[in-house]
Amino acid sequence: MPSSAQNVRVQIPYHLRNLARVEGEIALEISGPVTIRSVLDALERRYPMLCGTIREHDTLNRRAFLRFFACEEDLSHQSPDVELPEAVASGKEPFLIIGAIAGG
Amino acid sequence: MSKVRVLVGTRKGAFILSSDGKRDKWEVSGPFFAGWEIYHMKGSPVNPERVYVSQTSGWFGQLFQASDDGGKTWYQPGVKTEDAGPPQWPPVKSNRFVYDSSDTTGKPLTTHQWYDGTQHPWEFKRVWHVEPSLTDPNTVYAGVEDAAIFKSTDGGANWNEMPGLRGHGTGPQWQPGAGGMCLHTIILDPKNPDRIFIAISAAGAFRTDDGGKTWKPINKGLRSQFIPDQDAEVGHCVHHIAMNPDRPNTLFMQKHWDVMRSDDAGDSWKEVSGNLPTDFGFVIDVNSNEPETVYVVPIKSDSEHFPMDGKLRVYRSKSGGNEWEKLAKGLPEKDCYVNVLRDAMAVDKLDKCGVYFGTTGGQVYVSPDGGDSWKAIVHDLPAVLSVEVQTIP
Repeated sequence: MPSSAQNVRVQIPYHLRNLARVEGEIALEISGPVTIRSVLDALERRYPMLCGTIREHDTLNRRAFLRFFACEEDLSHQSPDVELPEAVASGKEPFLIIGAIAGG
Repeated sequence: MSKVRVLVGTRKGAFILSSDGKRDKWEVSGPFFAGWEIYHMKGSPVNPERVYVSQTSGWFGQLFQASDDGGKTWYQPGVKTEDAGPPQWPPVKSNRFVYDSSDTTGKPLTTHQWYDGTQHPWEFKRVWHVEPSLTDPNTVYAGVEDAAIFKSTDGGANWNEMPGLRGHGTGPQWQPGAGGMCLHTIILDPKNPDRIFIAISAAGAFRTDDGGKTWKPINKGLRSQFIPDQDAEVGHCVHHIAMNPDRPNTLFMQKHWDVMRSDDAGDSWKEVSGNLPTDFGFVIDVNSNEPETVYVVPIKSDSEHFPMDGKLRVYRSKSGGNEWEKLAKGLPEKDCYVNVLRDAMAVDKLDKCGVYFGTTGGQVYVSPDGGDSWKAIVHDLPAVLSVEVQTIP
């Protein structure tokens, strides 16, 4: 894993894009290992209004009805400190935060 | 001429309905926070342009919003979205509601009773009710599920639990109602700044006389058929409480069943359901000019949450209860099967008191003449969760 900062692409749900006042995909520069934790840390640091909406305050547990995907894999139950696939770290593939499809 | 601004929280966003003092022609703005559940919004009595909003979602949790221009623009308290330069860090956490279980300021985070009778840990779910201070626009209270009361003194940017309520002793006996274990009513006493009334489903009503340090149940006289002990101190499913600010020791309560009245600040209650066709319901409010004039919307039963016979009716008592009259002029005469939820009725402060309520069918009704006649301001909003009104000089 290269140690220099990397540009990671992140897609967030519609309501969170509105909250953060962004359109489309977000590009985050991340130094060090690219993990779920480091991606979310960088995302919240850039957009502090998202704190508590993807993971709980204090415990940092993933909110129950949000899922994490990348490279067509569900990474929701993966440890937040495991490195994400190289395709995500290199910016080839986005890291996806998706709201669970539920309700009528 | 005075204006009124009706703040409507719905399942899918917030709406503001504005009119002059005649309350005949209305302007509708919104949806704000489209797609989010807006459990409650309320303006500061000190600065009506300051409006607080509880914004929630099953996916994204709790958010808290405020406006300083009467609802034209909104912001998350403490989050500076318009500023140039790097974002602030650490962030202000206006949506952080964490129970205070610290040794120094808090109470141990015990358990409460679950539906099956077992004990269940306290878990924050959402803010049901926001209550701005009567004297300071930056001080605001929040009633939350699982039941607790929080306070902010910086305009909602940071919240701290008032742990004396949750930890006062009866907490392990509280249990959720069908809607969750919510603290849904907060009433500040305008003549005694240290006195606050709150109500919880299904625990009952509570009062503090020392600014929130200590609390006591105020449920004497309540009878709940699902509780074996008829004199139970807690466990009652209080749906809503209302007070006329000119007479703060007199409280009116719509309980799960029964309409109740207290004249000693909740120390004792007596039933005033009288001739109501059914005494089940959720909302209750008091005329702002006539402290003995009370309004309820009878709902058929706890098994059928809609009006009787498909006719939407408000009932008014001008004698502080017991004797109720049907108010029907302008309300649906047939095929109406909506509900009116606990925080979805409000009164304005104009000379002829205006009464407002919203339905789960998306209608918001106004009566500009104290209940004599009604008119729908809007017909087709999402299901209405809450209605508040601001009277603006």
